[in-house]
Amino acid sequence: MRLTFREVVLGFRRSPLLSTLSIVTIAFSMFALGLFGLVALNVSRALRGLEEHVEVRAFLAAGTPIETITTALGDIQAFPEVQKAEYVSPEQALARARTELPEFKDVFDANVLPGSFEIKLKPGYRDPVNVESVASRLSNYPFVDDVRYGEEWVKKLYDIRNLAGAAGVVLGVAFAAVAIIIIGTTIRMAVLARAREISIMRLVGATDGFVRRPFLIDGFLKGVAGGALALLMTWGASTLISDRLVSTAFFDRQVALLGILGGGLIGLLGSAMSVGRHLRRV
Amino acid sequence: MIRFTHVSKEYPRLGLALNDVTFRVNKGEFAFLTGPSGAGKSTILKLILIEERATGGEVRVNNAAASEMRRRDIAMLRRKLGVVFQDFRLLEDRTAEENVAFALEVTGAARDTIAPRVSRLLTQVGLAAKGTSYPRELSGGEQQRVAIARALVHDPMLLIADEPTGNLDERATRGIFQLLRDINASGTAVLMATHNLELVRRNEFRVIELNRGQVVFDSASQPVAPDPTPDLEA
Repeated sequence: MRLTFREVVLGFRRSPLLSTLSIVTIAFSMFALGLFGLVALNVSRALRGLEEHVEVRAFLAAGTPIETITTALGDIQAFPEVQKAEYVSPEQALARARTELPEFKDVFDANVLPGSFEIKLKPGYRDPVNVESVASRLSNYPFVDDVRYGEEWVKKLYDIRNLAGAAGVVLGVAFAAVAIIIIGTTIRMAVLARAREISIMRLVGATDGFVRRPFLIDGFLKGVAGGALALLMTWGASTLISDRLVSTAFFDRQVALLGILGGGLIGLLGSAMSVGRHLRRV
Repeated sequence: MIRFTHVSKEYPRLGLALNDVTFRVNKGEFAFLTGPSGAGKSTILKLILIEERATGGEVRVNNAAASEMRRRDIAMLRRKLGVVFQDFRLLEDRTAEENVAFALEVTGAARDTIAPRVSRLLTQVGLAAKGTSYPRELSGGEQQRVAIARALVHDPMLLIADEPTGNLDERATRGIFQLLRDINASGTAVLMATHNLELVRRNEFRVIELNRGQVVFDSASQPVAPDPTPDLEA
């Protein structure tokens, strides 16, 4: 292992320019991945924010006895999908309408607005199927006049979320593939620069694993360095966008660490590809 | 130890490099492989080192069929074969000692055994005083000695020398050849491909002569006429 690390250091010292170039290339391809990740993160946050507003409202028939309402509310609160369920009495509805729509303050009469249940669903249950299922259960209550949950809106939101998720996966994989190919190519240059050494190693009986090891470590370290540089650049871009344009969220620590490790993994894969191809040929 | 039976080697674009070659090299033997350029000498050496595979016939090295060897077996086999080339193939950025030690390091030799072994080998090839010199500071003959020391690190059963004196003047050639003879005298078989007919003539070792991919003469058997379809059993 000591020898392997010596070979790695020697490789860097022998061609510092090529090594630096590799790291910078990896950094830029990972930077593209990072920017894309940043967009994906912020879109997903925005969508999650919108999802918070998914709410089901059941309007109650006038004159429903308060005991019935209380019992029903208890039942509804026990639904597995429900995070929070509240009863809004006609008086509360009126007061709210008056504060929210002051220009129509005088239009609202007592008893013009019905009482209602306002139900918020747990995260993970805010998709069209669950929302609809809760709504249909609510409309089964004989004293429920009407159930509203903005079905059009929920469906659209859900579609956008799915689309964003699918686009995220496809583009993420594409960017990662590009990064792997770029890293593979730069490592390939390093492999070719040391082709003579490799051929001597093989002639004196070094195993493929032994020949491969320093390159794999080299690829991993370059990937990690490139990943860290890319993270720094992405952070810079995010800060700049936040300052000048619009406030953006940045990756949390685990994701950032995962990104750097991902760089290492991409470096490892790229160099495994290059060395493997070279070894198959000699 | 080395056995070629009706071996042929065809390259996709270059055509037939070896055609029905049969011979064997025994333990401790010294044999010259001669013939003009393109006769197939290097192809034979590549088949022994399993850098290439035969397209016909059977190559056996150290009692194992080359065609059945996996990559790991090949690496292990190469530790029993030493090889030197006309162009020495030394690593320019490493000293003589480091070049020899490299062959031990990359095959996982125990660290504390490397230095004494390297020093013993450099002494054996007459370069004890030049261990810390870089290849560019050494003469051609000295560089070839380093290459030979490197080839001997695993005490090989066979030393393959591909035109080892091709780049050397007469004095250096004599020195290197004497070294190969000494190595052979200590029990290692030597198979030396060479153009140097003077050297071949002056020494009474076995000669395998190739022409156009065929063995046309083998001093270990009946002389074979350069017939297009000769019987090549050696």
